[in-house]
Amino acid sequence: MRSSHDYLNSDVTIRSWLCTRDHKRIALLYLISITLFFFIGGAAAAIIRLNLMTPSGGLVSAETYNRLFTMHGVIMVWFFLIPSIPTVLGNFLVPLMIGAKDLAFPRLNLLSWYIYILGGSFTFAAIVAGGVDTGWTFYTPYSTAFSSSFVLLTAAGVFITGFSSILTGLNFIVTIHRMRAPGLTWFRLPIFIWSMWATSVIMVLATPVLAITLLLMAVERVFKVGIFDPALGGDPLLFQHLFWFYSHPAVYIMILPGMGVVSEIICCFARKRIFGYAFVALSSVAIAVIGFFVWGHHMFVSGQSAYAGVVFSFLSFLVSVPSAIKVFNWTATLYKGNIQLRTPMVYALGFIGLFTVGGLTGLFLAVLAVDVHVHDTYFVIAHFHFIMVGGMVSAYLGGIHFWWPKITGKIYPEKWGIAAALLLFFGFNLTFFPQFILGYLGMPRRYHSYPPEFQIYHVMSTLGSSILGLGYLLPFSYLLWSLRFGKDAGPNDWNASGLEWKTSSPPPPHNFESTPLVTQEAYDYGKSS
Amino acid sequence: MGSPLNAGVQPQEQFKSIEQQHEAATQGMWIFLATEILFFGGIFLAYFIYRRSYSIGFERMSEMLDSFLGTLNTAILLTSSLTMALSVRAVQLEKKGSLILFLVLTLIFGVAFLTIKGFEYSEDFKNKLVLGPSFPFHGLEAVHMEMFLLIYYVMTLIHAVHLLVGICLVSLMVVKTVRSRCLPALYSPIEVIGLYWHFVDVVWLFLYPLLYLAGRPHI
Repeated sequence: MRSSHDYLNSDVTIRSWLCTRDHKRIALLYLISITLFFFIGGAAAAIIRLNLMTPSGGLVSAETYNRLFTMHGVIMVWFFLIPSIPTVLGNFLVPLMIGAKDLAFPRLNLLSWYIYILGGSFTFAAIVAGGVDTGWTFYTPYSTAFSSSFVLLTAAGVFITGFSSILTGLNFIVTIHRMRAPGLTWFRLPIFIWSMWATSVIMVLATPVLAITLLLMAVERVFKVGIFDPALGGDPLLFQHLFWFYSHPAVYIMILPGMGVVSEIICCFARKRIFGYAFVALSSVAIAVIGFFVWGHHMFVSGQSAYAGVVFSFLSFLVSVPSAIKVFNWTATLYKGNIQLRTPMVYALGFIGLFTVGGLTGLFLAVLAVDVHVHDTYFVIAHFHFIMVGGMVSAYLGGIHFWWPKITGKIYPEKWGIAAALLLFFGFNLTFFPQFILGYLGMPRRYHSYPPEFQIYHVMSTLGSSILGLGYLLPFSYLLWSLRFGKDAGPNDWNASGLEWKTSSPPPPHNFESTPLVTQEAYDYGKSS
Repeated sequence: MGSPLNAGVQPQEQFKSIEQQHEAATQGMWIFLATEILFFGGIFLAYFIYRRSYSIGFERMSEMLDSFLGTLNTAILLTSSLTMALSVRAVQLEKKGSLILFLVLTLIFGVAFLTIKGFEYSEDFKNKLVLGPSFPFHGLEAVHMEMFLLIYYVMTLIHAVHLLVGICLVSLMVVKTVRSRCLPALYSPIEVIGLYWHFVDVVWLFLYPLLYLAGRPHI
């Protein structure tokens, strides 16, 4: 039964949505905007893949190709992946999971969305005007001295959007510290909250470094005074250090939230308490902390000192330990569980497999000598797509399916859900596994044409990507369909634990009829590990 | 901190008590300041690296800045931090008159700083300390001097923008104080703005020696 007074129907004017301070509505605003950006970034990827069907790359010119992969990277990283789980599921769930009425700073939360939209408009304007060809990394001196594309406009968009990220992180940290329901101690928190906390710390501490780096880059580009350009006495390595000081931790912004979502899903559909709660919770914190000290592994062949290379190589191995702890603990949670293969669970299991491949190939790249061979090849592309698409996007879609009944009060068609999840898993592997081989054989990234012997792998990859594209259109369609035609959801159809399931679906504007009192640990599914 | 001071003030709807709201506001500002430290950190790093590599060019350029105005501004900004601290004290004691006095004094010092800084910039322009083709020096060292000048402008301009934000916030507090019938409700915002103000001041305390005293080892 749908309650007559929930956050969706309490006030239906457009103004009430655009001026809302309700974290649940802001989550939906983000959901709509990041979905839009996801399809723009995806369209760029589709053209890239089509172009690579033939060795001569006849579909688009090399110039256009550079702009396409840059646009794909910029949009997917800053306008989809980084905001994805935090701003949609995080916004929706953090107050619900800790039994609060809202985030600590609701107006600031709305402001974050407007900042995101403003930044997005700048970058979108840059694309419409003709795009940018520096790659998403904006490496100097190309970006400051040579590129004649819309570097400043794009960078302005990324700069602005960064503040949206910072404010979201700030809001989450304060909320998690100060707004927990009575009895909800730190070690009773759902793992998702731990992962959001760790993600927020990275957002708050890493993003400002990107901001100042882009600012300095813009100043150098405008005034032609050297900070990063060696011809002007600057040091391009400094740019890379500053850029990766943000951008490596940022890849943990793009995976930690996914790990949190997967922990929730696995416990629910294995009907078990998570194995080694404290280890899973604290490994998120460990990843956030160690993740700040591994940026140099992006610069093994950039002329950084060999000693720095050794240290960064060692630290990169170290950061894999907490990630491995998570994978082992999820597996142990599944062991002897009462496993139900529902749609979110299929995504979560896919996540574990793909993330493991992505993580292990990351270790190859952390080896100094191996990195010399595969640096800047498709091996790297495949590695981080396994983490970000195979990992994060799977977890994001798994989470969207898991909490869809809670968010919308509607049930999606289960069979379509499972079919799409399987299709995505298959399409993903066909797209990206051949790229490991390509890279190992020496195909460099960002090339618009290639020697004919690589064609077979590129054709496989392109075929896979069309399956992947179909796989993304499916949930988009049936989830929208369910809004109109889906059955009404009950408060807790999954029989899941957690405070968000103790209120109606969709929840009332202030989440709970009365502030909940927590007396138990998380994941009270009867069976303990 | 401050729990009895807020007695009788209604919290915003998402909070259970005014203490919770106060703690959230203060913690939020501290986290924001952590962000700010990392933001300034990037350009400080650039400064340290190039100061070490190009110390001669950096020192020559530093000598050309107006250290008198820089020192004067340091004194003014430090004093403004004192009056800001006194404002927080005044709102704790619920003394409306002295609260308005100290906030307005803080405001005056802040505006004075920016005025002097603007005057200093125009002097810099008159002395041709400008970036780009009309930069008056030439040769290898000149490249390093220009880099120092760029860092000088970026650092001081970012600082000035921060101060401008602080001035707007303090002005808002003056208006709110004048209109206020319940001074304890202003305790949280004034303390939080105070934290921000002191931070902007502390940043200047680093900028002053790095920019103005780099070329003057014997002052």
